Amino acid sequence: MSMSMSMTEHVDLLIIGAGPAGMAAALAAAPHGPSIALLDDNPLPGGQIWRDGPNAQVPKQAQDMRTQLQGFSNVRLHSGCKVVALAGAKRLLLEDDERGWVLSYDRLILCTGARERLLPFPGWTLPGVTGAGGLQALIKGGLAVADERIVIAGTGPLLLASSATAQKHGAEVVRVAEQAPLSAVAGFAAGLWRWPNKAIQAITLASAAYRTSAHVLAALGTDRLEGVRVQVGDKVEELACERLACGFSLVPNTEIARALGCTLRDQAIVVDEWQATGLADHYAAGECTGFGGSELALVEGRIAGLVAVGDRNKARGLWAERQRWQGFADRLNKAFSLNPALKHLAAPDTLVCRCEDVRYADLAAHDSWTGAKLATRCGMGACQGRICATAAQTLFGWEPPLLRPPFSPARISTLACLDDI
Amino acid sequence: MTDAATLQGQAADVIVIGGGIVGAACADELASQGLHVLVLDCQRPAATAAGMGHLVVLDHSAAELALGEYSVKAWRELAPQMPDDCAMRTNGTLWLACNEEEMEEAERKHAALSEYGLACELLSGAELARAEPSLRSGLLGALKVSGDGILYAPNAARWLLQRQSSRVVLRQAEVAEVQGNRVRLATGEWLQAPAVVLASGIYARELCPDLPLQAKKGHLLITDRYPAQITHTLVELGYVTSAHKGNGPSVAFNVQQRPTGQLFIGSSRQFDNHDPQVDAAMLGRMLRRAMDFLPGLGEMNGLRSWTGFRSASPDGQPLIGEHPHQPGLWLAVGHEGLGVTTATGTARLLAAQMLRTRPPLDVEPYLPQRFIGARAHA
Repeated sequence: MSMSMSMTEHVDLLIIGAGPAGMAAALAAAPHGPSIALLDDNPLPGGQIWRDGPNAQVPKQAQDMRTQLQGFSNVRLHSGCKVVALAGAKRLLLEDDERGWVLSYDRLILCTGARERLLPFPGWTLPGVTGAGGLQALIKGGLAVADERIVIAGTGPLLLASSATAQKHGAEVVRVAEQAPLSAVAGFAAGLWRWPNKAIQAITLASAAYRTSAHVLAALGTDRLEGVRVQVGDKVEELACERLACGFSLVPNTEIARALGCTLRDQAIVVDEWQATGLADHYAAGECTGFGGSELALVEGRIAGLVAVGDRNKARGLWAERQRWQGFADRLNKAFSLNPALKHLAAPDTLVCRCEDVRYADLAAHDSWTGAKLATRCGMGACQGRICATAAQTLFGWEPPLLRPPFSPARISTLACLDDI
Repeated sequence: MTDAATLQGQAADVIVIGGGIVGAACADELASQGLHVLVLDCQRPAATAAGMGHLVVLDHSAAELALGEYSVKAWRELAPQMPDDCAMRTNGTLWLACNEEEMEEAERKHAALSEYGLACELLSGAELARAEPSLRSGLLGALKVSGDGILYAPNAARWLLQRQSSRVVLRQAEVAEVQGNRVRLATGEWLQAPAVVLASGIYARELCPDLPLQAKKGHLLITDRYPAQITHTLVELGYVTSAHKGNGPSVAFNVQQRPTGQLFIGSSRQFDNHDPQVDAAMLGRMLRRAMDFLPGLGEMNGLRSWTGFRSASPDGQPLIGEHPHQPGLWLAVGHEGLGVTTATGTARLLAAQMLRTRPPLDVEPYLPQRFIGARAHA
């Protein structure tokens, strides 16, 4: 047998994802004393919503949670670390910048969050076009946008948050195109008195450039983005701009859960009132169990953390709070449900899979993801179909494929560690 | 539906079960001979999509060498007509020798292939290092087989099924039962034709339980795109001398760089394992072996891994010909890891037998009778 380059490590509790849910889970479980590993593929904890960076202003709540975590000697944070493969029962192959190794655990909490749904439309692959959350992340990471004209399009409160970040850093947001109709948005806003801090957020984020029943038709430009064509109600307008940020709501990250064998419904991990998946000792919390915002993620994370260390009484005490934020999430998801017209934005030559340059017409000629993949190589590139398979699920209703190892691109030397298991 | 069908209650002149590379090549060859062919395929995951697309002449036996040489030559003849997306290249195979025993095997193989007229040459360790600088130093040498190649088999199969569209019809259908020249679909519908060709790879046993086929599971991994660094398909001679000998699970080094720049890494072999899931330990072992040969591989990113099943006969050669006990049922199965390589030759041997023309090779070593037993004659 070849020389072992890896050593299996063990923790009592493994938490995947250090966003609000994962941090809350770790803080709830830590006082009980188990050894805890908290993994995140970003360089710093906080998830997408509390993303840190040179231009980020991390909220006090997030800073406090980080400080508290550092106070627990039984919690080890692994930043810049990704899950590569299953390595046997309750064992995962991990990779960071330095090494690949196998970690075994007794209990696992999945807090893998959500990602943006990107839908193809003519010009969406031009430089200058990003996701709405993607733009926020870029700005927090140091991208300068001062004096740039920006159009933000898609759906949901993320558009407003993205707009606020861009404006704060000196950009001119010329249009926020919300696809939902005014009636839905107004109905949603009118109910916000039940969640006072959300109402304040909404007012803070409101913008004169905001339009409802509005969606992007095309990104214009040759070598990079020069303008955007937007449908606003019955009218079509063309706006000159340097950036376009699009977010068509969020999609739960469930690749690891599916590989483990957890049940999904409506693309999200199914959990019971204890945040337990159907798999013994495996829990899930936050956006990977369905879109609900950071407050819901926090309380779900706390419940999962408590249950994972056996404190069901204390966990039960949090059910009412979870119920309250679930009510907010339900209203949000109803108000911002996607207009079917958005499925028909792509032209025959619009790229859907940008890793492998596969056009909409190439895919539309097939009747399943597998058939399309074999014929066109869509989804075979570095993103492993996270973008195009998600788009194809929305556009054609195709079930996305079960991800095989590696779950995300990983060094061959890391994968070779599986030899030792 | 063809004219013949409407005339006599026949679905076509020939029904081919399986639209993988072997079924597609058979359909294409029969159509070239003027027959109308109906191909039934149910799009199950199968070897055509799972394999490496390595066109390689092996010589474990005279029969394997004859069929391989003839078939790869046929692929090279087709190459100028193939669309770009078939990614056909004649890049040659390098058989790598790590030690004296393997170098002797390289010399034996060199003599055998040369005698058969194949272009091949022995490389010294230094020549090998110049030809493929990514390989670790210290290898003893290699045998270069120049006429071998690679292609992207799913697209090659589709091209073969589409290029004679007036005589080849592809229908998505699952076959539930075969009786000689009649087939029953899962929907209950019966179809018949003067001849039925069974070319459904590992699934053939479900329709014809007396086929002596065994599944051999394999793993593959593909990397991200990298600048060109490997020209030939690289295979260790341990592949024949030790690694894949015997019946235990085994791995052997086998790498090619696709025209996309991606490195395709194999290979593994497991018997009596029917689980399509990636076996993590087997994948790790296979990659460890690959890193032994390509030291720079460890820092490259792997993108995807998957498994497939080779459908192997007891002597490693395919079964090509009419079923001894089921007149009208023709077999093109049991190609193990060489279905893509020998699809062209298989198709011509099958068509020659069916149409009673002169076969390009002696068909005897591939006849199903060698396992299923000749019909008793009075």
